[in-house]
Formats: sequence, structure tokens, C-alpha cells
Amino acid sequence: MDVTVTLTVNGVARTVTTDPERPLLDVLREDLHLTGTKYGCGDGRCGACTVLMEGKPIRSCVTPVSLADKKGITTIEGLAEGRSLHPVQEAFLEEGAMQCGYCTSGMILSAVALLQNKPNPTDDEIVTAMNGNICRCNGYIKIKSAIRRAADKMRR
Amino acid sequence: MTEKLSTRNIAAEASKPSTATGEELTISRRTFVQTLGAGLLITVTDTLSWGQRRGGRGGGGGGSTPVVARLHLNEDGTISVMSGKVEEGQGARTELSQAAAEELRVPFERIRIVMADTDFVPDDGGTSGSRTTPYNVPPMRQAAATARELLTRFAAQQWQVEAGTLQVRDGTITHRATNRKLTYADLAKSKEIAEAFQQPIESDIALTAVSDWKVMGASIRRSNWRDLVTGAHLFPSDIVRPNMLYGRVLRPPSYRATLESIDLSAAKAMKDVVVVQEGEFVGFVAPSQFRATQALEAAAKTATWKTVKGPSSRTIHVYLKQRARMPAPAEKGFADAAKTLNATYTLAYIQHVPMETRAGIAQWNDGKLTVWAGVDNPPSAQRALAQMFDLPAERVRVIVPDMGGGFGGKHAAPAGQEAARLAKAVGRPVCVHWTRAEEFTWAYFRPAAVIECRGALDAEGKPVGWDFVNINAGGAAVDAPYNIPNKRVQSVGSDSPLAQGAYRCLAATGNNFARESFIDELAFAAGADPLEFRLAHLANDRIRAVLETVARHFNWSQRKKKVTPELGVGLACGTEKNSVVAACVEVGIDRKRGEIKVHEVCEAFECGPILNPANLTSQVQGCIIMSLGGALSEEIQFENGRILNANFGGYRVPRFRDVPKVDVHLVPKDDIPAAGGGETPIIAVAPAIGNAVFAATGVRLRSMPMRGEALRQA
Ligand code: FES
Ligand code: FES
Repeated sequence: MDVTVTLTVNGVARTVTTDPERPLLDVLREDLHLTGTKYGCGDGRCGACTVLMEGKPIRSCVTPVSLADKKGITTIEGLAEGRSLHPVQEAFLEEGAMQCGYCTSGMILSAVALLQNKPNPTDDEIVTAMNGNICRCNGYIKIKSAIRRAADKMRR
Repeated sequence: MTEKLSTRNIAAEASKPSTATGEELTISRRTFVQTLGAGLLITVTDTLSWGQRRGGRGGGGGGSTPVVARLHLNEDGTISVMSGKVEEGQGARTELSQAAAEELRVPFERIRIVMADTDFVPDDGGTSGSRTTPYNVPPMRQAAATARELLTRFAAQQWQVEAGTLQVRDGTITHRATNRKLTYADLAKSKEIAEAFQQPIESDIALTAVSDWKVMGASIRRSNWRDLVTGAHLFPSDIVRPNMLYGRVLRPPSYRATLESIDLSAAKAMKDVVVVQEGEFVGFVAPSQFRATQALEAAAKTATWKTVKGPSSRTIHVYLKQRARMPAPAEKGFADAAKTLNATYTLAYIQHVPMETRAGIAQWNDGKLTVWAGVDNPPSAQRALAQMFDLPAERVRVIVPDMGGGFGGKHAAPAGQEAARLAKAVGRPVCVHWTRAEEFTWAYFRPAAVIECRGALDAEGKPVGWDFVNINAGGAAVDAPYNIPNKRVQSVGSDSPLAQGAYRCLAATGNNFARESFIDELAFAAGADPLEFRLAHLANDRIRAVLETVARHFNWSQRKKKVTPELGVGLACGTEKNSVVAACVEVGIDRKRGEIKVHEVCEAFECGPILNPANLTSQVQGCIIMSLGGALSEEIQFENGRILNANFGGYRVPRFRDVPKVDVHLVPKDDIPAAGGGETPIIAVAPAIGNAVFAATGVRLRSMPMRGEALRQA
């Protein structure tokens, strides 16, 4: 039975009527055309589909859309304010922390969540927070540098 | 250094309808003018050269020579360059733009690159094997240099001055003495310009010397970089067409299984679902991926399959060896040796695991098929689709948006073919985006292998015999770059029970693992230091240079003295695809738990002149960390054709936690042509790890992945 779900995505209220079990990821991509959130595994193990729900990072591929009802969701498309990028986005650009860039949305959102909690994370804290995000181009070194750079920016 | 490439030739034509061009050079004029606007099109082929008058008069030539580069002077002063290359994260987009900008003497930003769209781009041979740098950058440079030269000559003629007195900078040709100027934009609009292209032209034009590079050699970023951090970039799997549906395809439970029966009634009864059945091909199309998956699952439950027995990941090496045509052992060098050694090395099947799984979006319009897909050889994907639907190739267009990784694993476009089939059946565009489990199971694998090594030493500990046979994985880097008087290296086929194919650096990883481990075994048997032994016998000075570099940076001679049963250091080197690499590593060993932890990798890499240092650093770092997976944890487990670990839980790829200290030394070498850098840096790390483990524990691990369990001590 389809249900109607109201969610606020990047500050905009959206209503979808759909199967309550459908993954939030699919609804974002297929129904709301927000394709910045990526499919990487569908079972919560790669982090490509990370979005923020009420500010917390979640794996949208294993989150039934019904759980997002009345919740605020931030996707990669909602991070920048107008033309001005979020400091984490800027830091990724400055460090060149992408190769193919497919993992990037999930990496950035996980990093945003990390830095909200821990504005000055240690290396270990970065590793722990980010370990669920896979980069198969294996750009981990530059991604770590980008997170440290973003932390510096955000403290300034 | 000045590079000259005299084998290529050039043709130019205005972007207006023409009739006299040879087949291979004809492009849909309408598409061009639509996409690029009017201007001047310059085409470089292997053997052909002629001019083409604007408006279609004159010109000539034609023939069947493949086009190797195209560029188009746009009337707004930008220049469009077209390349069949695909960007999958390794930097082809930037490198090719840099090449064109350098030789045209325009800022990087002036270049618009059109990639991997078969309606526009030449068939320049797919994106694999590190070929972009050595085989596609030079013709791009030459096309650009020749264009610049022609345009300069044209200006000289117009102004009645010596071409040598003109300067080209920033897209403007200047005659200082008379203060006359002409821009590429002027030329793109010029009516007379086509006259200049009437005659066949010598394209033996010197390319810019490395020492004069301004745009090449710089750490320039991808032009669509920003879109990657905002989510705006559309990867193949992000393409949405009007009215598009989602498709899933029924898969067998195991390799070589055939469908006996299936009950499709439940799936057919589902709302909005269309079931497409053509023989064994069964697809499910629905307005969402979720619904298509529900339909697939409902039907798959009812399917019965005839399965085929086969080997398992535990028995695969015996299986492969039994099915290989093994040569008799080499005798020369072994008979009167003081010492001989034998060892068998093995490799597991592994997957490429690009973050973006295979995707294809297909749309039919008036019998013409367009497919967006993640594939690294668009022209061959186009040919395969044309054949599949019995269409002439020009009725099929393949477009590859910059995609989410490939690593040698995306040479074909099965998802695109499936989408095309389903789209044809339902009469609407269809997206097929493979699940991770499908990718793990049905994308081809990096081959498993058995590598048999024999070596002989004389009384002084010099290697005098070498016999090396790779079974099933191939001959890349199978040679031993050492001075050994009696050397035999060979690669023999077998009968792979799983689909196998290319992987980043092909068989070089496995061959290098076995060779560099076995060289260490010989060094040990000879009582020599692994570094000294290599330096004494290396036959390749470029390898020697990177090995010395890395040993110095790592401080090898001091650190090897600090080896304990829990802490080892090791090194290895190698060459492939005209680049050279050497690595030193430090590993920690937890003997209680049986775990190997790589603490540090120090690697030196040389691939000729460096086209883009930042990109090359990313490639080398990526290769090093990727190699840790194959070295220590990645292995496809299977039994009777069934893949048992088709997910990130059972198949362990490197994560943040696995990243060691990585120290990369790029060694530039400007007196040779540039080689690619996205592969070879992967080959030295695994043997260096094995050698470090041996140094610490005395245990030689001869299988990739190397399992720490063998090191466990109560
Ligand atoms: S796609 Fe959600 S964690 Fe991988
Ligand atoms: S940049 Fe390619 S997967 Fe991370």
C-alpha cells in the first residue's frame, strides 16, 4: 500500500506518495531527481548514499522512505549556499580529493557530520568516523587532508 | 627535448556541409554545427593529409584511415577538442586539454573537450592499458601544433611576411614589426582560411620541448571538478531520460547455469510492471528500481536452474594447473648450478569493484539507438550494440559521461545492452543499473593464477638460471629485468571457470609479486641483502634509479637492521608499460592474532616527463592503497560457479583504517616520451609486503592475498 510521506529536503518541503519500504535513496534519485546521492552497495556498507537526516549521517540506501517522514534531509545538492560552497566542499576542491568523484558526495556529507560533532578531530577520529565510506580510487590520503583543511577553515 | 611525430597527417575543413570527404572523416555536420557552432574543423589521421575548402568545394582525399584527433576552432575563440577517451578518474580529460592548450598556445580554460560520444569523437582506441598518455596525448599535441603552424603560415601569407617573424601567444598571432594581429576566433570566421588547407600539408612539426611547457606539466584540475563536490555532475547512472523506466534482469544463481523453468505470472500481475522474455533473457521493467526488483524477486523465486559443477576458490589453483599446457622445466643454467630453488605462487580472482556499478540508459528514436553507459571503450560498445540489433554503426550512438571508476573492468557495456533490449521491447527509455551483488558476480574478474618459479645460483651466489611460468593470468611484465644468463619466461593459458579480463596493470601485479618475491628467495639463498642483490643484477637503469631513490628515502640500510619478529621491512621493484617503480614497506605482525598491518609504503615512480603532477600523485597514491587490497584481503570466494562473497562484508577492500603512511617520490625524466601513470605504481607493493613479512618471520607467503593466519603463533 502506498503512503504519503512529507520530507523537507534541503529546506524545501516535498511530498511523495510511494511504497513505504522504498529506500530513501531511490526516492531522492528517482522521484526528486537529486542524483548527487549515489548508489554504491545498497546494503549500508560503502557510504556512497550518505545524507544527513536531522543533521545526522544516515545510509539512505537502507533507510525506508517512511522513516524520513516529517524529517529534514540534507543532500549534497543542499550544502552550498548559492554560489558559495560549504567549507568541506571547498577543502575537497583545494586538496584535489577526488579522482572519479563517485564517492565524493557521501564522503563530504560524512565529513560535514563529523566536523559538526568534532570541530578538531584527531586522525583516529577521522578514520573512525569515515571508515564506513569506501573510495575505490583509493583517494583516502587526500580526503583526509581535505577533512583536516575543512576543520581549519571552519574554526577560523 | 623536441619530439617529432612525422607519421600523422592532418586535414581541415570548415563546419559547413561538404560532400568530398572520405567516409571515415565524415561527421554528421548537423550535429557539429548544433553542438560546436560554425568554425574550422581540423582532423588528424594516421596517414592522410589534405585541405578542404569551406563550403564543400575542393579538398579531396578520403579513405579508410582512422582519425586520431579532431579539433574545432570556435568562432568565440575557444577551441573544442574531441577525444574518444573516457574520463574515469584518471585524468584523461585534463591531460588531453592540457596537450591541446600547450601546442595551440592558449590558456587551458580556452579548451572545450568533447569526450566519448561516438557521434563526435574519433575511434582512438578505448581507455585502458595506460595508453592515453603515450598514444593519445601525442596526436592531440600534434593536431594542435599543426593547426597552430598552419594558421601562422596563413597569417604570414596574408601579411606577406616570413612565418618565422610571427609569434603565437594566448590564441593570438602577432607580427610585432607592423603590429598586426589575428586571433583563432578571426581564423574560425575567415572566408579565405580554407584556401590554406587546399594542399596536403607536412605535419612534421616539432612539439613543444618539455623545458618550454607552460600548461603541460602543471597541476591543473579537471574542468568539471566543481560539479563533483556539488553533486551536479551526471555520472552514467545519473542520466534520466523523459519517460524513462527502470529495468532488472534475471540472473542465474551460478556461472554456466541454464534456466529450466520460471513462472512469470506473479511478476506480470504486478502493477506497472512489464516482463520481457526473449529466450533465456528475462527482464522486468517498472517505473522504479524498487518495483522492478520486486517483480524480479517474485519471478526468481519460482525459477529452476540446471547448474554445472565446478571448482571452488580453494581448489582453483590445482584446477588451473591441471588444465594448462605446462612446458617441460628449463634445463639450461640448472644442471650445473650450485643451488636451485623452486616455488609456486598463486593469485586469487579479484574484482575491480568500481564505486559506480555498471549502468546503461537506452533510448530508441526512429530506429536509432542512443546508449549512455559506463564503459571505457565507446566505439567497441557501439559496434557490439550495432551487431546485437543488426544496425549500421551510425544508427547507434554511445555516450560515456565521466564515470565512477573502471580500473580495467569496464571494457564492455552489458548494462547498456540490457537496457537497449528492454527499451526496445517496451518502447520507452530504460535504465539498467547493476546492483553491487551483480557487479561482484557478473562483471569479469582479474584472473586467478598459478606462477611456477625456478631459479639457479652459481657458487658465488650469482643467478644463472631462471624459469618462470604464469598459468592463466597472462604475460604482462612476465620478463625478469635482471641479468641472468639462462632465462625462460612464459605465460600459458588454462580454462578459467569464471569470466576473466583486464585489471589495472593486467598480469603485471601477479607476475611482479611472484618474481620480486622469488628474487628475494634467491637473494636469501645467496646470503645477500635484497637491495644489494637487485642492484648487482638489474638489467634496467631506470629501475635501478627508482630503486636507489626509494631505498635512500626509506633509509633501507638502517631500517633493515631494526627488523624484529614483529616488525619487517621489504622492497621490490618492476617495470611495465614503459614506466618503472620501486617500493619499500614496513609491516607490523601480530603473531597472536595472525595479522599483517602495513605501517608505511615508500614508493618511487618514473614515467617520463610528468604531464600533471597533482594528478599523477593521486594515481600513485591510489594504486598503492588499491594494491593493499589485492595483497592482503581481496579474494572472490566461489564454489560450483556460485560467488559466495558478493558484498562489501565478505569482500574486503581497503578502507580509511587500512591506509598506511604513504610517501610518494615522483621521479621526472624528460628525455623520453611520457608514459601513463595510472597502473604500474600498483605492482611493487605486494611483493615488498611479502618480503617484509619474510624478513620479520622467516615465513614466505606465496599467495595473493597473503593471509596472516600462517604467521599465528600461540
Ligand atoms: S549505497 Fe548505501 S551504504 Fe552503500
Ligand atoms: S574518487 Fe573514485 S571512488 Fe572515490
